[in-house]
Amino acid sequence: MKDELPRALKEDAPRAMHDMGGVTKFMCDPVDTEPHALNDFDKEVDAIRQLLGMKKLMSVDEMRRAIEAIPEDQYLRMSYYQRWMRSITDNMLAKGIFTEAELRAALEQV
Amino acid sequence: MSNILETPSDRLLEAVRSLLTAKGHMTTEDIAERIRITDGGSPAQGARMVARAWTDPDYKALMLRDGTMAAEAMAIPMRGLPPLGVLEDTDEVHNLVVCTLCSCYPRAVLGYPPFWFKSAAYRARAVRDPRGLLGEWGTVLPDGMKLRVVDSTADYRWMVLPRRPTGTEGWSAEQLAAIVREGDMIGVTLPAIG
Amino acid sequence: MFAPGTQVRVKNDWPELRGPCHIRTPHYVRGETGVVVRHLGDFPNPEDLAFARPAAVRPLYHVRFDPKPFWPEGAAPDELVIEIFDHWLEAA
Repeated sequence: MKDELPRALKEDAPRAMHDMGGVTKFMCDPVDTEPHALNDFDKEVDAIRQLLGMKKLMSVDEMRRAIEAIPEDQYLRMSYYQRWMRSITDNMLAKGIFTEAELRAALEQV
Repeated sequence: MSNILETPSDRLLEAVRSLLTAKGHMTTEDIAERIRITDGGSPAQGARMVARAWTDPDYKALMLRDGTMAAEAMAIPMRGLPPLGVLEDTDEVHNLVVCTLCSCYPRAVLGYPPFWFKSAAYRARAVRDPRGLLGEWGTVLPDGMKLRVVDSTADYRWMVLPRRPTGTEGWSAEQLAAIVREGDMIGVTLPAIG
Repeated sequence: MFAPGTQVRVKNDWPELRGPCHIRTPHYVRGETGVVVRHLGDFPNPEDLAFARPAAVRPLYHVRFDPKPFWPEGAAPDELVIEIFDHWLEAA
């Protein structure tokens, strides 16, 4: 089964929110070219993502898929590594690495 | 019940770390070591490769044929990482790298992706108006220069081998490496002296 | 397998309309025609990896497009090169 679209309709293509190449609404946005140092949160989330990959607990594509599932209004508000953190949590719950009850209990301790 | 995924992310990190360590999936030492290793990747690694390619034709040939092997030849650890491809700038063609779908970046040789590389503005504009995008860096390509944009969508990671600036004749690889910046190896800027 | 220089068309397909998916073929190139630059290697299909399903290993190509017709302003690059998996391509 294929769902074909003529080129003229691509502007309204049912693209996923993260699929940003050439998207009109971003074309006039300036680029912040200044360096932004990563903070401790960013680096730790990055490190945990790598470890989960090395231990075969979560692939890069699984992480991307759960990022892509974040509702667009939230996605655009969140920082890069906030999205990663949410995706990691989503994946760990979905894969049963820990349960939602365990997560709620752990959050009580934070 | 509220969506637990909408918990503030710093609290999620604390809780997830405690669960993953309590269940034996990782230790806080593993995390600290991983941060240390990742911090070791930086544009200085890629700059060493570029400088060597500018001074050693055999190395340049290797780099264009197999970027992964060329990185390993400079003692940059590549095992388990995506293959590295190298795009050569010439007198006719300038290369610009983007990942419109996420933020695929040659981290082993350039370090963490910079903020701008991950932004919606960069990802959208690079494929549709790249010359306008380059203006954000004040980069202007010579008239007649062909612009090739590489959308890094899948399993490779791409870096640019920029052209060696004139006025650097006789420079050592160390001197050359010092002028190569992060943006030069993605294609948003051009190496310049001083 | 497609040899370098082969004209190919990217399938004008929208799995996004059929439910949860993870696609590495950008929306802006669907249905467009390009030329195979080279075969980059064979990799497990990310569309399956994303759901932890068994993933068949698929050829991955660098495909070159003239993107000027993709957008109306004429500001697109002279060429656009994209990594595209075999199962998204058909001979044009």
